[in-house]
Amino acid sequence: MLRLENVSKNFGGLPALSDVSFDIPQGKLTALIGPNGAGKSTLINCMTGVLQTTSGRIRFRDIQIETLPPHQIARLGIARTFQNLKLFPRLTVLDNVLTGLTCEGGKSLVMAMFRLPYLRHRERSLKLRALEALDRFGLADKANWPAGVLAYGDKKRVELARATVGKPELILLDEPVAGLNAEETAAVGEQLNLLRRAGHTMLLVEHDMELVMTIADRVVVLDSGRCIAMGSPEEVRRNPLVLEAYLGRTEAVA
Amino acid sequence: MTAKQKILYFLYLHRTGLTVTLLSTAIFCWPLVTSNPYTLGLTNLIALHVVVVLGLNLFIGYAGQISLGHAAFYGLGAYGSAIATVNFGINPWLAMLLVAFLVALVALVIGIPVLRLAGHYLAMATLGLNFVLHTILLQWDEVTGGPSGFYGIPYLAIGDFEFYDEFRLHYLLWGFALLSLLLCLNLVRSGVGRGLAALAGDETAAAALGVNTRNAKIKVFVLSAVLASLAGSLFAHTYSFVSPDSFNIFVSTDMVIMVVIGGMGSIWGSLLGAALITMLPEWMDLFETYKDFVHGGILVLVLMFLPQGLVTGLFDLVRTRLALRRGQDAAA
Repeated sequence: MLRLENVSKNFGGLPALSDVSFDIPQGKLTALIGPNGAGKSTLINCMTGVLQTTSGRIRFRDIQIETLPPHQIARLGIARTFQNLKLFPRLTVLDNVLTGLTCEGGKSLVMAMFRLPYLRHRERSLKLRALEALDRFGLADKANWPAGVLAYGDKKRVELARATVGKPELILLDEPVAGLNAEETAAVGEQLNLLRRAGHTMLLVEHDMELVMTIADRVVVLDSGRCIAMGSPEEVRRNPLVLEAYLGRTEAVA
Repeated sequence: MTAKQKILYFLYLHRTGLTVTLLSTAIFCWPLVTSNPYTLGLTNLIALHVVVVLGLNLFIGYAGQISLGHAAFYGLGAYGSAIATVNFGINPWLAMLLVAFLVALVALVIGIPVLRLAGHYLAMATLGLNFVLHTILLQWDEVTGGPSGFYGIPYLAIGDFEFYDEFRLHYLLWGFALLSLLLCLNLVRSGVGRGLAALAGDETAAAALGVNTRNAKIKVFVLSAVLASLAGSLFAHTYSFVSPDSFNIFVSTDMVIMVVIGGMGSIWGSLLGAALITMLPEWMDLFETYKDFVHGGILVLVLMFLPQGLVTGLFDLVRTRLALRRGQDAAA
C-alpha cells in the first residue's frame, strides 16, 4: 500500500535517514522500532509531508507523495496520531473527532456562512459517524466534554478515534502508548487489535516491545537512520543485528 | 424526562438561535428605551466596531494569526466609499459592494506573501501596512483631503428614506452587525469552522487532518478585510465625514484589544469586547486623556488573569467545572 524506496533525509548535512526502503502491506499492522534517535519520527514526518525527503521516493498506491503538502497527503487517506498528543483542548471531544472528518465537510467559507440545507444535512451525518467512533472507543458519554479536561489515557483514545473516524486507508501511529501505564497500554493494544481485525492498514511506531511483539504482523527495525532488519516479530527477535542494536541492550524481551 | 428537563434540553439545543433572537429583540427595542441621540450614537459606533471585530476575531481567534493593521481595511472601505460616491457619483450601495470587492483583492494580494509569516513578523508586516495606508491618506490630499479629512459624503438611502439620524442609523447599523454575527456564527459551527479552530490550535495537526492551512489563513484574512471594509463604508455614510486619524494604528490595536478582551475564538465575545471598549471612555471621562494607558492596562490584566478573554475564559471555566462534576458524579 505504501512503499518507501531509498528514502534519505539530511538535516544540514547530518544524515537522519539513509536509504530506507520497505513496504507497508495492505491490511497488516507493520511496526517500526528502533532505539532513540534512530529516525522513526523523521520517517513519519517524511511520509506525512511535514518534512521533505532529501532523496528517494514514497509511493502511496501509485501516487508519489514525497513532494505533496501535508493536507493533500491527508486527503489521499493517510491519517496519523502524534507522539505528544495534538488534541484541541478547547473543543469538545465530539468536535475533536469531527475534525478527523474535515476532508468530507464542505470547503467553501461562503457556503458555510449561509448554512445551506445540504451542509446542515451533511453535518448531521458526520456527527453520527463521530459519535459511532466515540462509542467504539468507549467515550460516547464524554462527547460534550472539553477535550482538555480528559485523563491522559482518554485523550489518547480520542486521538485514535479522530484518526480512524474518516476510515483512512493507512493509519500512522506515533507511539500511541507512550506515557500510559500497563493497564492503559493493554487497553490501547486491544483497540489496535480490533482495528487490525477490521482490516485497517497501520504503521505502529513504538518503544513498548511487548506490545509490538504481540500485535505486529511485520516489524521493521531502524538504527541510526538505516533499516537493519525486517520480518515477522519472531524473525526480528532472533536477528543478531537487532539484538545488538536494540534488544540486546534492553534485554526486555530476551 | 420530566417537563423541566425537557424545557432545559430544548433551551440547550437551541441556545444559539434563542440568544440571537433575544439579542435582536433587545436591539430592536433599544431606541424605544432611550431616544437620546448621544446614547444611540454611541451604540451605533459599537455596531460598527462589532462588524470589524467579528472579522478580526475569525482571523485571530480561529485562524490563529495576528493582525495589527485592520484599521487599514476599515479606512480603505471608508475612503473608498467616500471617493466613489462623491468624486464618481456612484450609488452608495453599489459603491459599498464595489469597494468591498476591491478591498478583498487588496487583501488577497497582500495576504499571499504576508501570511507566510507568523507571530511577531506577521504583526510587524500588518502594522507596516497600516502605517503605509495612514501616510497615503495624510499625504495624497488632492484625493483624500489630507489631514483635514473628506467632507460631504452622502447618507445611505432606500428610495427616499435616508439614513441620516441616529434613530434610523440604529436599525441600519445594527442590521448589518446582526447579519455579520449570524453569518460568523454559522461559519464557526460548520465543518469549515472546525477546520479553522484546528488551525488555531495546532497548525501541524490541522494539516494532518486535511486542512489546507495556507489557503484557510488567506481566506479568513480576505473575509475579515471585507467585513472591515463594509464597516468602513458604513462609517463614511454614517458620519458623512472621514479623516485619517480614524484609521491609524491605535484604532487597529483597539480592535485587537476588543478581540482579546471579549475572547479569542468567541463570536459572542466580539460583541462584548466591542461594547466594553467602546463604552469605556464614557464611563470614565476622567481617563479619556489616558485612554491608551487604560486600554493597555486592561489588556495586560486580562492576559495575566484570563488569557482566553472574558467570554471565552469564563465559559471555559464553567464548562470545565461542569464536566469535572459530572465525572465525579459518574464515578460516585
